[in-house]
Amino acid sequence: MTINQYHYLSPQIIERLESDETFSKTDQQPTRYAYAEAMLELGEKNPKVVVLDADVSKSIGTNQFADKFPDRSFNFGIAEQNMMAAAAGMATTGLIPYATTYAVFASMRALDMVRNSIHYPKLNVKIAASHGGITPGPDGVTHQGQEDLSIIRSIANSTIIAPADPATTKLAVWAAADYEGPVYLSFTRDPVPAIFDLNYPFEIGKAVTVRDGSDATIIANRDLVVQALIAAEHLARKGRDVRVIDCHTLKPLDEEAVLTAASETGAIVTAENNVFYGGLGSAVAEVLVENNPIPMKRIGVRDTFAESGPYLDLLEKYGLSANHIEVAVEEVIHRKF
Amino acid sequence: MSSEPMSVEELEKMAVIIRCDIIDMICTAAAGHPGGSLSATDVVTALYFRVMRIDPENPDWPDRDRFILSKGHACPVWYAALAERGYYDKSHLKTLRQMGSILQGHPDMNKTPGIDMTAGSLGHGLSAGLGMALSAKLQKKDYHVFVVIGDGESQEGSIWEAAMAAPNFKLDNLTAILDYNHLQNDYSVDDIMPIDPVADKWQAFGWNVIDIDGHDMAQVVQALEEAKSHQGAPTIIVANTVKGKGVSYMENVCEWHGKAPCQEEADQAFKELRR
Repeated sequence: MTINQYHYLSPQIIERLESDETFSKTDQQPTRYAYAEAMLELGEKNPKVVVLDADVSKSIGTNQFADKFPDRSFNFGIAEQNMMAAAAGMATTGLIPYATTYAVFASMRALDMVRNSIHYPKLNVKIAASHGGITPGPDGVTHQGQEDLSIIRSIANSTIIAPADPATTKLAVWAAADYEGPVYLSFTRDPVPAIFDLNYPFEIGKAVTVRDGSDATIIANRDLVVQALIAAEHLARKGRDVRVIDCHTLKPLDEEAVLTAASETGAIVTAENNVFYGGLGSAVAEVLVENNPIPMKRIGVRDTFAESGPYLDLLEKYGLSANHIEVAVEEVIHRKF
Repeated sequence: MSSEPMSVEELEKMAVIIRCDIIDMICTAAAGHPGGSLSATDVVTALYFRVMRIDPENPDWPDRDRFILSKGHACPVWYAALAERGYYDKSHLKTLRQMGSILQGHPDMNKTPGIDMTAGSLGHGLSAGLGMALSAKLQKKDYHVFVVIGDGESQEGSIWEAAMAAPNFKLDNLTAILDYNHLQNDYSVDDIMPIDPVADKWQAFGWNVIDIDGHDMAQVVQALEEAKSHQGAPTIIVANTVKGKGVSYMENVCEWHGKAPCQEEADQAFKELRR
């Protein structure tokens, strides 16, 4: 394959994909840490930014923000409901609170506050949700936020970003500060490969084609973007030319990118580390079925809870890995004819 | 900017007008929550016509005192007070709960001038007020935040999350007022899930507690002014009130939590209130 097929990936990353090497530990970082790093810079630039924690600041890394900006950091203890409604109150005064916790607590424990006190009045609160999907591998089901993206997507006025890697996480965190209104940001607990850099053209609501292709398109978000790239590379060896789209913004969905991919490649596979009800797969299917119902398949967490285990092993067992994406792409290409 | 603060006698007269507005708007809407609106009327009247630093011409004034009705279903009292205070024309009161109205069934900060926080789902308002009070401390502003909570609402766990947090953050610019009218939707608070000894609970959480007769306007005013100047800790005023206060057939009757009076009942209420 030629390097030109890829966009925004460094030559080293492309080489790694093409040689089918696994990513070494040094190339990887949990995106929660990238969030925490981004907040240190954002805190310098924007004095309105404050961070609200719920006793997981040391896990996510926002304790560094607390050290650097003690006046603008508030730890609410293990009280996510209070934190979310307080964030709403702070936003009414012009501050930009980043309410930080794990996905399960942000989207379920405190959902009433998130819906009624943040999204209904459209307040300028950023919800920073780590431990998305089954990325908290070893922690097990109670800490695996596999429903949050679907839940938040169903709420009016919501904007949801699930960035693929550390660099795009930083860009998403900064873009959220410049966006007026609630933004839900989704991060991983487990390390994901650093595949992009800060030159990536990040824009809320604009999906990015990161690999060209004409036989089918994989539309992925968060940690499955890299799995999609690996799958596309495997398929290339079998003569399949597959497009990969980093659909970092789940809502509003870039419908134009979806429909362009549908008409140009004729088959779509979605890939998300989230339940396959109501998330990226559903969003893409909704657009396709109303406009251009081409062959499509969804990769996501089926109607099941996962379990404790190493992250990559869980992706394999629960049908989310590059191997599963590859099989799904073969199937939709087959259905085209 | 704002009119002269009212005397206790003037406030008492205004409370009668507001109670009549409440009955009138709920009767017209044929839906709403009269009982808890009437129990909170004296507190809300004292806040809007004497205690709070506000400017009805400039409802988003950054330095204004804030008010949140955390028991949002009692919004007729809030809507009436805002109308009487000049935030919008009184004619809007007749549109309560109608399509296209600025007065929603529960308070919407983006539709109604003067509403500082959307409310309706119970157990949010004290936390939201806490957030505003934290902002004031951070931004070195001297505004005060008042939040009315309900006794039934105090069964929500999130109330106690906020109760624990406010003294820890030393928010002496935050005052909660408990509208202790002893009734909730189904039955009495004591029958369902008692909250007593409620003053002791708040004291144990580190709050400055003031216990008053929530219908004695002199006590209401004194408590609110004391709370506003109290230093070092947030204050809660336990306002002992009567659900449906001022309307004989509504007083202490649980069914009037969320029932609208018919025109005949409303007329009787006006007579009793204006006596």
